[in-house]
Amino acid sequence: MGLLALFRSKPSTASIAKERLRIIVAQERSTRGAPDYLPLLRRELLQVIHKYVNVDPEAVQVHLDREEGHEVLELSVALPDKQGG
Amino acid sequence: MATTCILSGWALECAPPNRIFEERNLSEIIVVTSGKGGVGKTTTSASLGCGLARRGKRVALIDFDIGLRNLDLIMGCERRVVYDFVNVINGDCTLKQALIKDKRVEGLHVLAASQTRDKDALTEEGVQRVLDELNSEGFDYVLCDSPAGIEKGAHLAMYFADRAVVVVNPEVSSVRDSDRILGLLASKTRRAENGNGGVKEHLLLTRYNPRRVASGEMMSVNDVKEILGLDVIGVVPESTDVLAASNSGVPVILNDASDAADAYEDAVGRLLGEQLPLRFLEERKRGFLARMFGG
Repeated sequence: MGLLALFRSKPSTASIAKERLRIIVAQERSTRGAPDYLPLLRRELLQVIHKYVNVDPEAVQVHLDREEGHEVLELSVALPDKQGG
Repeated sequence: MATTCILSGWALECAPPNRIFEERNLSEIIVVTSGKGGVGKTTTSASLGCGLARRGKRVALIDFDIGLRNLDLIMGCERRVVYDFVNVINGDCTLKQALIKDKRVEGLHVLAASQTRDKDALTEEGVQRVLDELNSEGFDYVLCDSPAGIEKGAHLAMYFADRAVVVVNPEVSSVRDSDRILGLLASKTRRAENGNGGVKEHLLLTRYNPRRVASGEMMSVNDVKEILGLDVIGVVPESTDVLAASNSGVPVILNDASDAADAYEDAVGRLLGEQLPLRFLEERKRGFLARMFGG
């Protein structure tokens, strides 16, 4: 019963749906049209980096930006503060 | 090349002698698509096709769902299918033999999907040949009823399109899949590849329930519109008439007493460029009272 009351006080499910969709759609649009090799590239880079530094899988970001006439492939690797074992 | 000659030869034979292809507009190819299954693509194709034909247009409805033919059932012509889309592509019959003339609406024709399990039955070249022939036969509109998913059938249904009607339910998975489809329309179509201004996209909401929207249980037209960033060409209210229509094989637009029919009729008008306000977005008055008492 308590749970039900809690549920009622929450924002409407329609607005939750809208918010979730707004985020996922924006995310999916940002990767749309990117070359198919990007996820694989990201994974392989991670493996190479992992040989030397113990990084978090989420610490490697691959971005492809299109500007007029050229594309910029941006790789960012957040290294840990101290090298792990 | 040889095939093209034979086909256009037939077209010339059937066309009035004074018809010169350049004189009339090309037939407009409209894909009805969604990504997600079960949202009402076939119901929408059938009703839009009927609506356009009732306004004097020559319309061909093509079922691209190879292996899972259903447009024929929704149109009520399932027992009249002799030849199908793949038969035409393979040259087993002529296009004329495969087109099923609707008995209710003048100018409306159905090309059934094949029930083959061969995934490669449809080819880009074959589809293009059929579309070119429909064009030279003087069809004003070709409606391509896409299968669900993003596989070959869906790709070919959208590839040659001039416009797209993206059918969406106000529900998370349908909206997300529609966005995926919009991405494909913007990149994997002939118009996109040719830099031809791209495919004109329209949104059509189905299964819209104003009462649930009002109570915050369902996303509104504006919510969906905002997320997908598209023009809305129609909002079809959730209605028991839709199931009744498919049960009896009569497109719902032909049911004069139905809100869903009126909503589709409006969508047809908007497809033809009419400016019409959206209807059926609000709950009816008696529904409101019922809600007050129902809590």
